[in-house]
Amino acid sequence: MEVKTKHAKEQKQGVLKRIAGPVVTAVNLDAHMYDVVKVGKEELMGEVIKIQGDSVIIQVYEDTAGIRPGEPVSNTGLSLAVELGPGLLTSIYDGIQRPLAVLVDKMGNFIERGVTAPGLSHEKKWTFKPLVKAGDKVEPGAILGEVQETNIVHKVMLPPNVKPGTVKTIKSGDYTIDEIICVLEDGREYPMLQRWPVRVPRPVKEKMNPTIPLITGQRILDGLFPIAKGGTAAIPGPFGSGKTVTQQQLAKWSDAEIVVYIGCGERGNEMTEVLTEFPHLEDPKSGKPLMERTVLIANTSNMPVAAREASVYTGITIAEYFRDMGYDVSLMADSTSRWAEAMREISSRLEEMPGEEGYPAYLAARLSEFYERAGLVKTLNGARGSVSVIGAVSPPGGDFSEPVTQNTLRIVKVFWALDAKLSQRRHFPAINWLNSYSLYLEALHDYYDKEVSPEWNTIRSWAMEILQKEAELQEIVQLVGSDALPESEQVTIEVARMIREIFLQQNAYDAVDTFCDMKKQYAMMKAIKTYAELSYSAQLVGVSPAQINAVKAKNELAQIKFIKDYTPELAKIMKQMDDEFNTLRSAA
Amino acid sequence: MKEYRTISKIAGPLVFVEKTEPIAYGELVNIILADGTTKRGQVLDTSDELVVVQIFETTAGIGRDSGVRFTGETIKMPVGRDMLGRILSGGGKPIDGGPDIVPEKRLDINGAAINPYARGMPADFIQTGISTIDGTNTLVRGQKLPIFSGAGLPHNNVALQIARQAKVPGSTENFAVVFAAMGITKEEANYFMQDFERTGALERAVVFLNLADDPAVERIITPRLALTTAEYLAFELGMHVLVILTDMTNYCEALRQIGAAREEVPGRRGYPGYMYTDLANLYERAGMIKGQKGSVTQIPILTMPGDDITHPIADLTGYITEGQIVVNRDLHRKGIYPPINVLPSLSRLMNLGIGKGKTREDHKKVSDQMYAGYAEGNDLRGLVAIVGKDALSERDRLLLEFADLFENRFVRQGYDEDRSIEDTLNLAWDLLATLPVEQLTRIDRELINKYHPKFRTGAKKE
Repeated sequence: MEVKTKHAKEQKQGVLKRIAGPVVTAVNLDAHMYDVVKVGKEELMGEVIKIQGDSVIIQVYEDTAGIRPGEPVSNTGLSLAVELGPGLLTSIYDGIQRPLAVLVDKMGNFIERGVTAPGLSHEKKWTFKPLVKAGDKVEPGAILGEVQETNIVHKVMLPPNVKPGTVKTIKSGDYTIDEIICVLEDGREYPMLQRWPVRVPRPVKEKMNPTIPLITGQRILDGLFPIAKGGTAAIPGPFGSGKTVTQQQLAKWSDAEIVVYIGCGERGNEMTEVLTEFPHLEDPKSGKPLMERTVLIANTSNMPVAAREASVYTGITIAEYFRDMGYDVSLMADSTSRWAEAMREISSRLEEMPGEEGYPAYLAARLSEFYERAGLVKTLNGARGSVSVIGAVSPPGGDFSEPVTQNTLRIVKVFWALDAKLSQRRHFPAINWLNSYSLYLEALHDYYDKEVSPEWNTIRSWAMEILQKEAELQEIVQLVGSDALPESEQVTIEVARMIREIFLQQNAYDAVDTFCDMKKQYAMMKAIKTYAELSYSAQLVGVSPAQINAVKAKNELAQIKFIKDYTPELAKIMKQMDDEFNTLRSAA
Repeated sequence: MKEYRTISKIAGPLVFVEKTEPIAYGELVNIILADGTTKRGQVLDTSDELVVVQIFETTAGIGRDSGVRFTGETIKMPVGRDMLGRILSGGGKPIDGGPDIVPEKRLDINGAAINPYARGMPADFIQTGISTIDGTNTLVRGQKLPIFSGAGLPHNNVALQIARQAKVPGSTENFAVVFAAMGITKEEANYFMQDFERTGALERAVVFLNLADDPAVERIITPRLALTTAEYLAFELGMHVLVILTDMTNYCEALRQIGAAREEVPGRRGYPGYMYTDLANLYERAGMIKGQKGSVTQIPILTMPGDDITHPIADLTGYITEGQIVVNRDLHRKGIYPPINVLPSLSRLMNLGIGKGKTREDHKKVSDQMYAGYAEGNDLRGLVAIVGKDALSERDRLLLEFADLFENRFVRQGYDEDRSIEDTLNLAWDLLATLPVEQLTRIDRELINKYHPKFRTGAKKE
C-alpha cells in the first residue's frame, strides 16, 4: 500500500507522547511529511501531518481508544499510496483502499482496528496479453499489454515516473499482479502492479479543453446544464433534496467507461443500496452489470475521520489510473462537505488557527487541487482519456453562502443547484433551473449540432427563455392571479408548466424514464415547442386560453417519457394535436 | 489498583490529573471522593504529563484531594437477556428496585461501525398505522428516521403511537423497544412509563432514564448504552429492535458543554466541529446485517430550537439520518393530530419498502401525487388570502379544497387509531378522486383504471 520514497530505509522507532482522539503525537521519530507510520502495539495505520521540533503529529486512520503514551511508533518511510492493477473493478474499498469484502472475512460484520488487507488480490492470476515485443522502445506510461478484467480491458502500463527503456523480455499467459511480466534491457523488472501516492496527481502529456458532453440520460442535466467529459460539476443542496439520488443516477447512467463512486462520510444504508443495486443494473451500452465498470469507495460517517479525509484522494488516484489507459472516467464524490469537515476536525485537533466557520485556511487550496485533477487529457502513451468529477456539497441549512459551497463554485464549471422547495413538491430531480448553470454550453455547441440536431441549441435557449419568462410572470400571478395576465402570457405559463412537468421532471424509479437519451430529449422538447407554436398561433386568431388548455393531445404528451418505443406514439400524439388545433382555429 | 492524588485542575466536567503512568486514551476512570462515593469518567486526552478526564456526573464534591483510579479498560457495559422489562438510569444502573443485570456479555459502549459490505439492505415495510408515515414517508426496518419537533408539540405522543402500533404485517418475529431519555422531565418520563405500562409494552422494553436534573454529561453515554443494548438484542439475540432516543437536542447541548469546557474551537453556534461525526456514530448504529435475523431501527426525537430546521442539531441530523418526520406547529394549532407536515418530511428508504409484494403497486405514485397536490394547494392558500377564492380558476379551487381535505382526513387521525396500509392508500385515492382525472399526471393510466374510485365502482358493477 506504500510507495518507496527517497528516504525509505530502516527507521528507528519513535515513542508515543500524547493521544487525543484521531490525532497523536510521537517523539524521537525520524519522519517526513505524509509518511505512513504504524502507531502503537497494534500497529494502527497513520500519516504524518505536522512536524514541530522533536514532535511528530500523526493522524490515525483507525480508532485510538486504548492506546497509551510510551507505546512505539515506527515509520515505514513511505507515503500513503494505492495499489493499481487488475482487480480494481467491482471492488469496494474503505477510505484507505482496504477491500471491505476481505475485511468481513477477516474480522466479521463490524469494522475492528489493526487489520490490514491489500487493495488487490495478490494470489489471483490474470491472463496477460502482451502488446509490445522484445526490442520495442517504451516510454513511461506505455501500454505493455492487456488483461480482460471484466468486460473492460485493463491496460497494463509502465509506471509514469520511470525512465524510458527497451523491452528485453515480455511474458504472455497467466500471472499474479506481483509476478514480473516485463524486463527491460537495463535490467529493470515490472509486474502488473503499480503503486502510486494518492496525494500526487498522475502525470499526463497535455491537458485539453473538453468538447464532448458526458451523457447522463437525465434530461435537465443533458438538456439544459450539460457537463463535458473531463469537466467538473458541483451539486449542492440541503438534506433531502436528492443529492444522493442524483449522484447515483449519474453513476448508473453516465456514458463514462469507468465509474468511481466515493461515499465519503455518508450513510451506510445508502452504500448498501448501491452495493445491492449495481450488480443487478445493466449498462445501457454493453448490457453487462454496471458493477463491472465500477469501483466503490465507502467510508461511511461512522468510520474513522482520517480515513474519510484520505478517501477522496484514493478515489481520484484510481480514476486517473484508468484515465491513463485511455478511458473516460467519471468520479462521483458524495459528499465533499464531509471531506471538508474531516479536514476541519483534524485541523482543530492540531489547534491550527481556523479560517471561516472553523474550516482550515487551506480549505480552498485543497478543494481546487482536487478538482484540478479532473480533465480531458492526452496521456503519456498518447491516448485520449478523461476524468469528470462531480462533487456533492451538503451546505448546512441549505445555505449556499457557506465556505465549502462558495470555494467549490469558484472552481467548478457546472453548478446544479438542488432546491428543497422543489423536492417538497416532489419535483425530481429537484434541480433549480434558474440558479443552475453550465459553462460548457459554448464548448459543446458543435457536438449538439452534429450529433443531436442542428436545431437543438436553439430549442435549448428557447426553453430557458420560457422558464425565465415564467419566473417573471409567476411574480405577477402571485399578486393578481393568472386570469389577469394577457392571453399570450397565459399560454406561456402553460408551456412553461409543460417544460417543467414533462421535460424536467424525471422519475428515477421508473424503468423507462430513469434514462432518456439525447434523441428522445430532443423529440420531447421539440414536441413541446410545436405545441407552443400551435398555441400562440391559435391564440392570435382568437382561440381562448381555456380552449387551448383543453387540447387533449397535450395530456398524452406527458405519458411519452414512460414509453420505451415512443416514436409511433409521439407521431400519433402530434397528429392528434395538429387536428385539434385545426378544429379550434377553424371554429374561431 | 494504583490511586493517584495528583488532580491539578477541575473545570466544568473535566478533571486534569498530573504525573501518571501511561494511561490509555478512552480508559474508564473512577474518582474516589473523601466520603467514599465513586464517580465515573473517561480519558479524553492523555500524555506523559497530563491526563484529561471527562466526568459523567456532576463534579460536585471532587477536590484536589480526591483519588483517581484508572481501570485499564475502555467503558464496557454488561448486557443480558434479562434486561427486557427493566428500567435503568442514564448511566446504566437499575433504578426500578430490581436486582442487578446478570451479564451475559460485556460490550464496548462505543460499538464498532458495521462494515458497509456486511450490511443488509433495509426492505421490510414497518406499518406504524399513521397515514402520513405509512402512506407518504414509509418507515422500513433498519432505518433511522428522526422526528423533528418543537417545544410544546406532541412529538412524544407520535413516538409512543409508533412504538405501540409498529409492526411488520404478516410477521411474528421477536421485537423489542429500547427507550433512552436524555434530559427530559420526570413528568415526561412518567408519561412514557405510564403508556408503556398501559399497553404492556414495558415487558419487551429496556428503558434508560437520564432526567432533566441528572448530570448533563451523563447524557453523552446514555444513548451509547441504549444502542449497545439494542445491538446486543438485535445481532446476538435476533430481535427486531426499535430504539427511541429523546431528546437529541439535550444530547447536543451536553456535547457543546463539554466542548466549551475543553476550550475547543467551536463550530456553528458554539457546537463542536466534530458534532457531525459524533452524531453519525450514534445514528449509524441503525441497520441490519446480511444473513442475520435482527435489526435496529431508530427514531430519534429532537426539538428544533425556535422551530428552526436549519439549526445545527436538526441540520446535521438530517444529513445523517434517512429522512425526517416533521411535526408542525400550524397543524397543531389547527387541532390536527398527529400534526405531521408531510412537505418537509421525507423517508429516504421508502422506495425500498413499498410497492408490489410489500405494500401495493400504486403506493409510490399515489404518494407522489398526494405530495404534488398538497404542495400546490398549500401554495394557493397564500394567493387566496390576497385575491379571494372567486379569482381562482376551477383547477386551483379544487386543489385548494384538496389541501384542506388532505389535512382533515389524511393527516388527522386518532391517538389510538391504527390504519392499515390498505386503508391509508384507499383513503388517498378517495381524496385524489376529488381532482379531475387528467390532473393526476404522476400516476399512469393502468393504475388509475385499477384503483381510482370512479373506475373501481364501475368495475364492481360488472
